[in-house]
Amino acid sequence: MAVEKINMPQLGESVTEGTISTWLVKEGDQVNKYDPIAEVMTDKVNAEVPSSFTGVIKEIVAQEGETISVGELMCYIETEGAGEGEVDAEEKGKEEGSAETKEDTKKETSEDQPMKKRYSPAVLRLAQEHDIDLNQVEGTGRGGRITRKDLEKIIESGNIPKSGDARAEKTAAHAQKQPEPQAAPEQAQPAAPQAPSYPGDVEIPVTGVRKAIAQNMVRSKQEIPHAWMMVEVDVTNLVEYRDSIKNEFKQKEGFSLTYFAFFVKAVAQALKEYPQLNSTWAGDKIIQRKDINLSIAVAKGEELFVPVIKNADEKSIKGIAKEINELAQKVRTGKLTQDDMQGGTFTVNNTGSFGSVQSMGVINHPQAAILQVESIVKRPVIKDGMFAARDMVNLCLSLDHRILDGLICGHFLARVKEILENMSKENTSVY
Amino acid sequence: MPVMSYIQAVTQALREEMKRDEKVFILGEDVGKRGGVFRATDGLYDEFGEDRVIDTPLAESAIAGVGIGAAMYGMRPVAEIQFADFIMPAVNQIISEAARIRYRSNNDWNCPITIRAPYGGGVHGALYHSQSVEAVFANQPGLKIVMPSTPYDVKGLLKAAIRDEDPVLFFEHKRAYRLLKGEVPEDDYVLPIGKADVKREGSDITVITYGLGVHFALQAAEKLEEEGISAHILDLRTVYPLDKEAIIEAAQKTGKVLLVTEDNKEGSIMSEVSAIISEHCLFDLDAPIKRLAGPDVPAMPYAPTMEKYFMINPEKVEKAMRDLAEF
Repeated sequence: MAVEKINMPQLGESVTEGTISTWLVKEGDQVNKYDPIAEVMTDKVNAEVPSSFTGVIKEIVAQEGETISVGELMCYIETEGAGEGEVDAEEKGKEEGSAETKEDTKKETSEDQPMKKRYSPAVLRLAQEHDIDLNQVEGTGRGGRITRKDLEKIIESGNIPKSGDARAEKTAAHAQKQPEPQAAPEQAQPAAPQAPSYPGDVEIPVTGVRKAIAQNMVRSKQEIPHAWMMVEVDVTNLVEYRDSIKNEFKQKEGFSLTYFAFFVKAVAQALKEYPQLNSTWAGDKIIQRKDINLSIAVAKGEELFVPVIKNADEKSIKGIAKEINELAQKVRTGKLTQDDMQGGTFTVNNTGSFGSVQSMGVINHPQAAILQVESIVKRPVIKDGMFAARDMVNLCLSLDHRILDGLICGHFLARVKEILENMSKENTSVY
Repeated sequence: MPVMSYIQAVTQALREEMKRDEKVFILGEDVGKRGGVFRATDGLYDEFGEDRVIDTPLAESAIAGVGIGAAMYGMRPVAEIQFADFIMPAVNQIISEAARIRYRSNNDWNCPITIRAPYGGGVHGALYHSQSVEAVFANQPGLKIVMPSTPYDVKGLLKAAIRDEDPVLFFEHKRAYRLLKGEVPEDDYVLPIGKADVKREGSDITVITYGLGVHFALQAAEKLEEEGISAHILDLRTVYPLDKEAIIEAAQKTGKVLLVTEDNKEGSIMSEVSAIISEHCLFDLDAPIKRLAGPDVPAMPYAPTMEKYFMINPEKVEKAMRDLAEF
């Protein structure tokens, strides 16, 4: 018999902590290796933590609702046969790349582990002189210590991991990834003054997704100078068209054909013509994205997720509708993966679903703009010199004024409007 | 090039210097007819006669005193202290007179004496025949202390010591006498006093040592090379005054420094070497400066197990080197 530790696994490259949402086992339970033992909520995603061993849960250390850092102890598990546990642990490390660090932590005695961050004067000097990000360096010294020779080899190879690099690459390669949590919290701090609480008040800890939302919003509003525009679109034909095929569509395809899919399609098409809006501010330059990956906001209870429809310009209205449906399904069942949320280049937000008719969206950092599709409402408008009852919708655009100006956004909105107003049974196919 | 032992190199250097300069003479206990207890002066009595190879009474203070006086009057005495352990009665002469005279007389006088003495343990010599005494003299400006590690260095440095215009203590490791052999050129060459020598180039760890320690470190380095550990070995050769430049360079080379001496650890030559490195190399250091030395007990014990515990040996050096390499 041996007692092993199960630590908080690394659930994503920039994830630093996780909140235990539910324990799926209790003390004394027999579990098999790879059995889920707990549900964990991180900044990015909810995930199940599998057991690293077969055995009996001995002691649950981290309680539900508790937020613990990656690598911190979650629970103790009693395994059969000490040697076997070791071997299992090794195997598992090989099978699951991400679990490897965790297993190493366990294998190395805790007294050895801290050497990873113990830097000698020589190492610090070299790191400074060559701008090496020590977090990205693998140490070969005792207890994972980074040796002077490790750095000398890196310098010689010319392949120097720079901290600046990592950030730029992150923004460049996965534009829509959540902001790095390490940068955001400091900025979030000043926005959260100490507020007194009174008897009867309920204090809700800010964790997981809520925390991520807060950080992203603060970052966006602090960094991006927002400007707003709104256009009114007559979608009477579109409504007519969609209503005429929605039942048949549902029957045939098994999911609903929403208005939103048409809007997403129209935006994707317009973005292709106005790539200026499909871009990112990168300090000394603006990066225009080739791919049109549209982030859509999906709410679930108190949480808001922003999954991505990739290459929306290449998809039919049906394809988009299907993907919206799938992503919404995933959000509802908590199956959304980090991959589903990566790579967005522009956001289309379906505020109309809450009955809103006008709103000023906060840009999904580091994108350049966000489009809010408001409620479609029947309103009397003047058409051909006469009052007519038309289906009207407001499209509200928030733009990063560093990148974009009113002129180009006006053109873009006009184009979206044009596309939407021309959507009808006669000239639009959902397939 | 003839191969000779460490002690043969001593004899050879003495012979050549006596031939070269008739002011050179030897004095010490049993150095004459007997040729020295270790046979370092073997044959010199016969070759140069009793006037130049003088047997003295058992009085180290006199050996040093007579030598110092003669040196100040222009002779080139080579005084032998039979065992370095016996040098203590002569300390007053050496430190108060020999070391100070040039400074005290404002350069009017100098004292070109060489005092040879076998030091070191590992020969079952026990308390009075095993000690290292260099640290006693190593904070006395005016003195030079030379401790060679190879036959080649012995010849070149002993000749340099004899020709030096100031007092030089020349300590020979008695275990090295017949243990170490090496090629020694026949020609007249002199090695600079005050200069350390890189005995092996390496990139993982630096070992700084002297005397027999060099030999042990080289042996260990060869073994460690098979494990992929590359050791840089600096032989101090002169332990006072130290070759700071070479020490700094060697320490900077790898940033991991092991200092080896068989002397008692505290206050040893290596304490000073360590201080030099910490003063100059902070931003090159990748590990704490490590010292491998004898324990801080009064002297080498006689019991073989205890002697072994006290003495450094290739295994201990190897272990310390590996430990540092893995840091």
